[in-house]
Amino acid sequence: MSADATIAPLAPARPVDDLLAAAPELRAPLVTGLCRLGDATLILGHRVSEWCGHGPALEEDIALANTALDLIGHTQMWLGLAAQVEGRGRSADDLAYHRDAMHFRNPLLVEVPNGDIGRTLMRLFLFDAWHHALLERLVSSSATEIAEIAAKALKEVHYHLDRSSDLVVRLGDGSEESHARMQAALDLLWPYTGELCFGDDTDAALAEAGILPEPGDLRSAWDATVRETLAEATLAVPEGRNDVQRGGRQGRHTEHLGYLLAEMQFLQRAYPGAEW
Amino acid sequence: MRKEWPLWEVFIRSQQGLNHRHVGSLHAPDAETAVRNARDVYTRRKEGVSIWVVPSAAITASTPSDKGPLFDPAEDKVYRHPTFYDIPDDVGHM
Repeated sequence: MSADATIAPLAPARPVDDLLAAAPELRAPLVTGLCRLGDATLILGHRVSEWCGHGPALEEDIALANTALDLIGHTQMWLGLAAQVEGRGRSADDLAYHRDAMHFRNPLLVEVPNGDIGRTLMRLFLFDAWHHALLERLVSSSATEIAEIAAKALKEVHYHLDRSSDLVVRLGDGSEESHARMQAALDLLWPYTGELCFGDDTDAALAEAGILPEPGDLRSAWDATVRETLAEATLAVPEGRNDVQRGGRQGRHTEHLGYLLAEMQFLQRAYPGAEW
Repeated sequence: MRKEWPLWEVFIRSQQGLNHRHVGSLHAPDAETAVRNARDVYTRRKEGVSIWVVPSAAITASTPSDKGPLFDPAEDKVYRHPTFYDIPDDVGHM
Protein backbone atom coordinates (compact mmCIF):
# COMPACT_ATOMS: atom_id res chain seq x y z
CA MET A 1 0.00 0.00 0.00
CA SER A 2 2.99 2.29 -0.41
CA ALA A 3 3.02 5.14 -2.88
CA ASP A 4 6.70 4.95 -3.71
CA ALA A 5 6.66 5.69 -7.43
CA THR A 6 3.86 7.34 -9.35
CA ILE A 7 4.02 7.36 -13.12
CA ALA A 8 5.44 10.64 -14.28
CA PRO A 9 3.29 12.19 -16.99
CA LEU A 10 5.32 13.74 -19.79
CA ALA A 11 3.02 16.74 -19.65
CA PRO A 12 -0.03 17.81 -17.60
CA ALA A 13 -2.95 15.39 -18.06
CA ARG A 14 -4.87 15.89 -21.29
CA PRO A 15 -8.12 14.42 -22.63
CA VAL A 16 -7.70 11.12 -24.46
CA ASP A 17 -8.84 12.71 -27.75
CA ASP A 18 -6.01 15.27 -27.56
CA LEU A 19 -3.46 12.58 -26.76
CA LEU A 20 -4.61 10.50 -29.72
CA ALA A 21 -4.67 13.49 -32.07
CA ALA A 22 -0.97 13.95 -31.30
CA ALA A 23 -0.17 10.22 -31.36
CA PRO A 24 -2.78 8.28 -33.40
CA GLU A 25 -0.66 5.11 -33.26
CA LEU A 26 -1.61 4.82 -29.58
CA ARG A 27 -5.30 4.21 -30.32
CA ALA A 28 -5.08 0.41 -30.72
CA PRO A 29 -2.79 -0.15 -27.70
CA LEU A 30 -5.03 2.11 -25.61
CA VAL A 31 -8.18 0.14 -26.50
CA THR A 32 -6.35 -3.03 -25.48
CA GLY A 33 -5.05 -1.42 -22.28
CA LEU A 34 -8.52 -0.22 -21.29
CA CYS A 35 -10.06 -3.63 -22.09
CA ARG A 36 -7.43 -5.25 -19.88
CA LEU A 37 -8.57 -3.05 -17.00
CA GLY A 38 -12.29 -3.40 -17.69
CA ASP A 39 -12.17 -7.13 -18.37
CA ALA A 40 -10.27 -7.76 -15.13
CA THR A 41 -12.91 -5.96 -13.06
CA LEU A 42 -15.78 -7.43 -15.10
CA ILE A 43 -14.74 -11.07 -14.77
CA LEU A 44 -13.80 -10.72 -11.10
CA GLY A 45 -17.03 -8.80 -10.45
CA HIS A 46 -19.00 -11.61 -12.03
CA ARG A 47 -17.13 -14.25 -10.03
CA VAL A 48 -17.79 -12.40 -6.76
CA SER A 49 -21.44 -11.90 -7.71
CA GLU A 50 -21.80 -15.69 -7.90
CA TRP A 51 -21.82 -15.61 -4.07
CA CYS A 52 -24.97 -13.49 -3.98
CA GLY A 53 -27.47 -15.43 -1.88
CA HIS A 54 -24.87 -18.09 -0.99
CA GLY A 55 -22.59 -16.21 1.42
CA PRO A 56 -21.61 -17.94 4.67
CA ALA A 57 -23.41 -15.22 6.67
CA LEU A 58 -25.86 -12.48 5.74
CA GLU A 59 -23.27 -9.81 6.54
CA GLU A 60 -20.60 -11.46 4.34
CA ASP A 61 -23.11 -12.03 1.56
CA ILE A 62 -23.96 -8.33 1.39
CA ALA A 63 -20.32 -7.29 1.67
CA LEU A 64 -19.41 -9.53 -1.27
CA ALA A 65 -22.33 -8.23 -3.33
CA ASN A 66 -21.20 -4.67 -2.62
CA THR A 67 -17.69 -5.53 -3.79
CA ALA A 68 -19.05 -7.15 -6.95
CA LEU A 69 -21.13 -4.05 -7.69
CA ASP A 70 -18.12 -1.78 -7.15
CA LEU A 71 -16.14 -3.86 -9.67
CA ILE A 72 -18.97 -3.83 -12.22
CA GLY A 73 -19.15 -0.06 -11.73
CA HIS A 74 -15.44 0.22 -12.58
CA THR A 75 -16.08 -1.98 -15.61
CA GLN A 76 -18.73 0.39 -16.96
CA MET A 77 -16.22 3.23 -16.79
CA TRP A 78 -13.23 1.34 -18.25
CA LEU A 79 -15.12 -0.42 -21.03
CA GLY A 80 -17.13 2.74 -21.71
CA LEU A 81 -13.89 4.60 -22.30
CA ALA A 82 -12.48 1.68 -24.32
CA ALA A 83 -15.53 1.77 -26.60
CA GLN A 84 -15.24 5.53 -26.97
CA VAL A 85 -11.54 5.34 -27.85
CA GLU A 86 -12.18 2.48 -30.26
CA GLY A 87 -14.68 4.71 -32.08
CA ARG A 88 -16.54 1.94 -33.89
CA GLY A 89 -19.95 2.62 -32.40
CA ARG A 90 -19.77 -0.12 -29.77
CA SER A 91 -20.86 0.44 -26.16
CA ALA A 92 -19.54 -0.90 -22.86
CA ASP A 93 -22.37 -3.44 -22.92
CA ASP A 94 -21.41 -4.56 -26.43
CA LEU A 95 -17.87 -5.20 -25.24
CA ALA A 96 -19.05 -7.07 -22.14
CA TYR A 97 -21.77 -9.20 -23.72
CA HIS A 98 -20.83 -9.65 -27.36
CA ARG A 99 -17.20 -10.64 -27.30
CA ASP A 100 -16.03 -14.26 -27.24
CA ALA A 101 -13.47 -15.59 -24.77
CA MET A 102 -10.48 -15.10 -27.10
CA HIS A 103 -11.23 -11.36 -27.24
CA PHE A 104 -11.20 -10.91 -23.47
CA ARG A 105 -8.03 -9.44 -22.00
CA ASN A 106 -8.37 -10.19 -18.27
CA PRO A 107 -5.55 -11.83 -16.32
CA LEU A 108 -6.19 -15.54 -15.68
CA LEU A 109 -6.29 -15.00 -11.92
CA VAL A 110 -9.82 -13.55 -12.04
CA GLU A 111 -11.38 -16.37 -14.05
CA VAL A 112 -10.33 -19.19 -11.68
CA PRO A 113 -13.53 -20.59 -10.11
CA ASN A 114 -14.44 -19.27 -6.65
CA GLY A 115 -13.93 -22.52 -4.75
CA ASP A 116 -14.72 -22.11 -1.04
CA ILE A 117 -15.00 -18.76 0.69
CA GLY A 118 -11.33 -19.02 1.66
CA ARG A 119 -10.18 -19.21 -1.94
CA THR A 120 -12.61 -16.44 -2.91
CA LEU A 121 -11.21 -14.12 -0.25
CA MET A 122 -7.59 -15.05 -0.98
CA ARG A 123 -8.12 -14.28 -4.69
CA LEU A 124 -9.76 -10.98 -3.82
CA PHE A 125 -6.84 -10.09 -1.57
CA LEU A 126 -4.17 -10.99 -4.16
CA PHE A 127 -6.10 -8.95 -6.75
CA ASP A 128 -6.88 -6.02 -4.43
CA ALA A 129 -3.19 -5.62 -3.53
CA TRP A 130 -2.41 -5.22 -7.24
CA HIS A 131 -5.54 -3.18 -8.00
CA HIS A 132 -4.72 -0.68 -5.25
CA ALA A 133 -1.10 -0.27 -6.38
CA LEU A 134 -2.28 0.21 -9.96
CA LEU A 135 -4.93 2.83 -9.18
CA GLU A 136 -2.51 4.77 -6.96
CA ARG A 137 -0.45 5.30 -10.09
CA LEU A 138 -3.34 5.78 -12.51
CA VAL A 139 -4.54 8.86 -10.63
CA SER A 140 -1.56 10.63 -12.21
CA SER A 141 -2.10 9.24 -15.70
CA SER A 142 -1.40 11.59 -18.61
CA ALA A 143 -4.99 10.93 -19.78
CA THR A 144 -7.56 13.01 -17.89
CA GLU A 145 -10.39 10.46 -18.15
CA ILE A 146 -8.20 7.65 -16.82
CA ALA A 147 -6.99 9.74 -13.88
CA GLU A 148 -10.61 10.63 -13.03
CA ILE A 149 -11.86 7.04 -13.18
CA ALA A 150 -8.91 5.91 -11.06
CA ALA A 151 -9.58 8.56 -8.41
CA LYS A 152 -13.16 7.39 -8.06
CA ALA A 153 -12.25 3.69 -8.02
CA LEU A 154 -9.34 4.11 -5.60
CA LYS A 155 -11.62 4.98 -2.66
CA GLU A 156 -13.61 1.79 -3.17
CA VAL A 157 -10.55 -0.37 -3.70
CA HIS A 158 -8.96 1.04 -0.57
CA TYR A 159 -11.87 -0.47 1.34
CA HIS A 160 -11.71 -3.72 -0.67
CA LEU A 161 -8.05 -4.21 0.27
CA ASP A 162 -8.70 -3.22 3.87
CA ARG A 163 -11.42 -5.82 4.12
CA SER A 164 -9.84 -8.69 2.19
CA SER A 165 -6.46 -8.36 3.92
CA ASP A 166 -8.20 -8.32 7.30
CA LEU A 167 -10.11 -11.50 6.47
CA VAL A 168 -7.03 -13.24 5.08
CA VAL A 169 -5.24 -12.55 8.37
CA ARG A 170 -8.20 -13.71 10.46
CA LEU A 171 -8.68 -16.94 8.52
CA GLY A 172 -4.98 -17.66 7.97
CA ASP A 173 -4.24 -17.10 11.65
CA GLY A 174 -7.52 -18.69 12.68
CA SER A 175 -8.39 -22.31 13.34
CA GLU A 176 -6.42 -25.28 12.05
CA GLU A 177 -9.12 -25.83 9.42
CA SER A 178 -9.23 -22.23 8.20
CA HIS A 179 -5.42 -22.01 8.13
CA ALA A 180 -5.19 -25.16 6.00
CA ARG A 181 -7.83 -23.88 3.58
CA MET A 182 -6.17 -20.48 3.19
CA GLN A 183 -2.78 -22.06 2.59
CA ALA A 184 -4.31 -24.40 -0.03
CA ALA A 185 -6.00 -21.40 -1.68
CA LEU A 186 -2.73 -19.46 -1.76
CA ASP A 187 -0.83 -22.44 -3.20
CA LEU A 188 -3.45 -22.86 -5.93
CA LEU A 189 -3.64 -19.16 -6.88
CA TRP A 190 0.04 -18.27 -6.57
CA PRO A 191 1.08 -19.36 -10.10
CA TYR A 192 -1.53 -16.94 -11.53
CA THR A 193 -0.39 -13.83 -9.67
CA GLY A 194 2.75 -13.09 -11.69
CA GLU A 195 0.73 -12.22 -14.78
CA LEU A 196 -0.58 -9.09 -13.04
CA CYS A 197 2.89 -7.55 -13.16
CA PHE A 198 4.06 -9.01 -16.46
CA GLY A 199 4.19 -6.49 -19.31
CA ASP A 200 4.27 -6.74 -23.11
CA ASP A 201 4.79 -4.33 -26.02
CA THR A 202 1.33 -2.81 -25.61
CA ASP A 203 2.08 -2.02 -21.97
CA ALA A 204 5.44 -0.53 -22.94
CA ALA A 205 3.88 1.81 -25.51
CA LEU A 206 1.25 3.03 -23.05
CA ALA A 207 3.80 3.41 -20.25
CA GLU A 208 6.07 5.47 -22.45
CA ALA A 209 3.20 7.89 -23.09
CA GLY A 210 2.52 8.06 -19.34
CA ILE A 211 -1.01 6.72 -19.85
CA LEU A 212 -0.76 3.43 -17.93
CA PRO A 213 2.11 2.25 -15.72
CA GLU A 214 4.52 -0.48 -16.73
CA PRO A 215 3.09 -3.62 -15.02
CA GLY A 216 6.53 -4.54 -13.72
CA ASP A 217 6.68 -1.25 -11.80
CA LEU A 218 3.78 -2.43 -9.64
CA ARG A 219 5.61 -5.56 -8.52
CA SER A 220 7.46 -4.14 -5.52
CA ALA A 221 4.33 -2.52 -4.07
CA TRP A 222 2.30 -5.69 -4.65
CA ASP A 223 5.03 -7.85 -3.17
CA ALA A 224 5.33 -5.69 -0.06
CA THR A 225 1.57 -5.70 0.64
CA VAL A 226 1.20 -9.41 -0.02
CA ARG A 227 4.21 -10.56 1.98
CA GLU A 228 3.37 -8.38 4.96
CA THR A 229 -0.22 -9.62 5.09
CA LEU A 230 0.67 -13.28 4.51
CA ALA A 231 3.27 -13.13 7.28
CA GLU A 232 0.68 -11.72 9.65
CA ALA A 233 -1.70 -14.46 8.51
CA THR A 234 0.98 -17.09 9.35
CA LEU A 235 0.77 -18.34 5.74
CA ALA A 236 3.84 -19.50 3.85
CA VAL A 237 4.62 -17.78 0.54
CA PRO A 238 4.85 -20.62 -2.03
CA GLU A 239 8.37 -21.25 -3.25
CA GLY A 240 7.64 -21.83 -6.95
CA ARG A 241 7.58 -19.15 -9.63
CA ASN A 242 4.40 -17.09 -9.63
CA ASP A 243 4.34 -16.25 -13.36
CA VAL A 244 3.68 -19.74 -14.73
CA GLN A 245 0.01 -19.25 -15.58
CA ARG A 246 -0.35 -16.31 -17.90
CA GLY A 247 -1.71 -15.40 -21.31
CA GLY A 248 -5.14 -14.01 -20.40
CA ARG A 249 -4.01 -10.44 -21.09
CA GLN A 250 -3.17 -11.58 -24.63
CA GLY A 251 -6.45 -13.52 -25.08
CA ARG A 252 -5.25 -17.03 -24.18
CA HIS A 253 -7.64 -18.20 -21.47
CA THR A 254 -8.37 -21.18 -19.26
CA GLU A 255 -11.40 -23.34 -19.98
CA HIS A 256 -13.19 -21.64 -17.07
CA LEU A 257 -13.76 -18.33 -18.90
CA GLY A 258 -15.99 -19.93 -21.54
CA TYR A 259 -18.37 -21.31 -18.92
CA LEU A 260 -18.41 -18.00 -17.10
CA LEU A 261 -19.24 -16.09 -20.30
CA ALA A 262 -21.92 -18.61 -21.25
CA GLU A 263 -23.76 -17.69 -18.06
CA MET A 264 -22.93 -13.98 -18.01
CA GLN A 265 -23.72 -13.35 -21.67
CA PHE A 266 -26.70 -15.67 -22.06
CA LEU A 267 -29.44 -13.06 -21.89
CA GLN A 268 -27.87 -10.61 -24.35
CA ARG A 269 -26.97 -13.45 -26.72
CA ALA A 270 -30.47 -14.94 -26.63
CA TYR A 271 -32.28 -11.58 -26.70
CA PRO A 272 -29.88 -9.05 -28.26
CA GLY A 273 -30.47 -5.51 -27.04
CA ALA A 274 -32.90 -6.58 -24.31
CA GLU A 275 -33.39 -3.85 -21.70
CA TRP A 276 -35.22 -3.56 -18.39
CA MET B 1 -16.57 -23.81 20.42
CA ARG B 2 -19.51 -21.50 19.89
CA LYS B 3 -20.38 -21.31 16.19
CA GLU B 4 -22.66 -18.25 16.16
CA TRP B 5 -21.09 -14.80 16.03
CA PRO B 6 -22.37 -12.51 18.81
CA LEU B 7 -25.05 -9.93 18.07
CA TRP B 8 -24.29 -6.19 17.84
CA GLU B 9 -26.62 -3.21 17.90
CA VAL B 10 -25.82 -0.63 15.23
CA PHE B 11 -26.16 3.14 15.62
CA ILE B 12 -25.63 5.49 12.70
CA ARG B 13 -25.36 9.24 12.51
CA SER B 14 -26.93 10.44 9.31
CA GLN B 15 -25.71 13.28 7.11
CA GLN B 16 -27.91 15.85 8.83
CA GLY B 17 -28.56 14.30 12.24
CA LEU B 18 -26.53 15.27 15.27
CA ASN B 19 -27.10 12.09 17.25
CA HIS B 20 -26.55 8.45 16.41
CA ARG B 21 -29.79 6.54 15.89
CA HIS B 22 -30.40 2.86 16.33
CA VAL B 23 -30.84 1.30 12.88
CA GLY B 24 -30.77 -2.43 13.57
CA SER B 25 -28.49 -5.26 14.55
CA LEU B 26 -26.07 -7.72 12.96
CA HIS B 27 -23.72 -10.58 13.75
CA ALA B 28 -19.93 -10.19 13.83
CA PRO B 29 -17.02 -11.93 15.56
CA ASP B 30 -15.68 -8.69 17.09
CA ALA B 31 -16.24 -4.93 17.28
CA GLU B 32 -13.95 -4.02 14.37
CA THR B 33 -15.70 -6.45 12.05
CA ALA B 34 -19.06 -5.27 13.32
CA VAL B 35 -18.24 -1.73 12.15
CA ARG B 36 -17.20 -3.06 8.75
CA ASN B 37 -20.32 -5.19 8.46
CA ALA B 38 -22.47 -2.25 9.53
CA ARG B 39 -20.88 -0.20 6.76
CA ASP B 40 -21.82 -2.88 4.24
CA VAL B 41 -25.28 -3.70 5.58
CA TYR B 42 -26.58 -0.31 6.73
CA THR B 43 -24.81 2.46 4.79
CA ARG B 44 -25.16 1.26 1.18
CA ARG B 45 -27.29 4.26 0.24
CA LYS B 46 -25.24 6.99 1.88
CA GLU B 47 -27.21 6.76 5.11
CA GLY B 48 -24.44 7.72 7.44
CA VAL B 49 -21.26 9.57 8.32
CA SER B 50 -20.47 7.75 11.57
CA ILE B 51 -21.11 4.28 13.00
CA TRP B 52 -21.31 3.00 16.57
CA VAL B 53 -21.65 -0.66 17.45
CA VAL B 54 -22.50 -2.00 20.89
CA PRO B 55 -22.64 -5.66 21.95
CA SER B 56 -26.33 -6.46 22.30
CA ALA B 57 -25.47 -8.31 25.49
CA ALA B 58 -24.24 -5.02 27.02
CA ILE B 59 -27.68 -3.48 26.78
CA THR B 60 -29.91 -3.78 29.81
CA ALA B 61 -33.53 -3.36 28.80
CA SER B 62 -36.67 -2.76 30.80
CA THR B 63 -38.93 -5.77 30.77
CA PRO B 64 -42.21 -5.51 28.86
CA SER B 65 -44.18 -6.79 31.87
CA ASP B 66 -42.98 -3.78 33.89
CA LYS B 67 -44.56 -1.43 31.35
CA GLY B 68 -47.53 -0.60 33.56
CA PRO B 69 -45.72 0.23 36.79
CA LEU B 70 -42.94 2.07 34.94
CA PHE B 71 -44.83 4.24 32.53
CA ASP B 72 -48.51 4.45 33.42
CA PRO B 73 -48.04 6.71 36.48
CA ALA B 74 -46.84 9.51 34.19
CA GLU B 75 -50.10 9.45 32.30
CA ASP B 76 -52.14 11.68 34.65
CA LYS B 77 -49.34 14.06 35.54
CA VAL B 78 -49.83 16.67 32.84
CA TYR B 79 -48.27 19.29 35.10
CA ARG B 80 -44.89 17.73 34.31
CA HIS B 81 -45.13 19.26 30.87
CA PRO B 82 -43.97 22.88 30.90
CA THR B 83 -47.27 24.14 29.47
CA PHE B 84 -48.53 26.13 32.45
CA TYR B 85 -46.28 29.14 32.09
CA ASP B 86 -47.09 32.44 30.44
CA ILE B 87 -44.22 33.31 28.17
CA PRO B 88 -43.54 37.04 27.90
CA ASP B 89 -43.84 38.36 24.34
CA ASP B 90 -40.24 39.61 24.48
CA VAL B 91 -38.98 36.05 24.66
CA GLY B 92 -40.24 35.32 21.20
CA HIS B 93 -40.40 31.86 19.73
CA MET B 94 -39.30 29.02 21.97
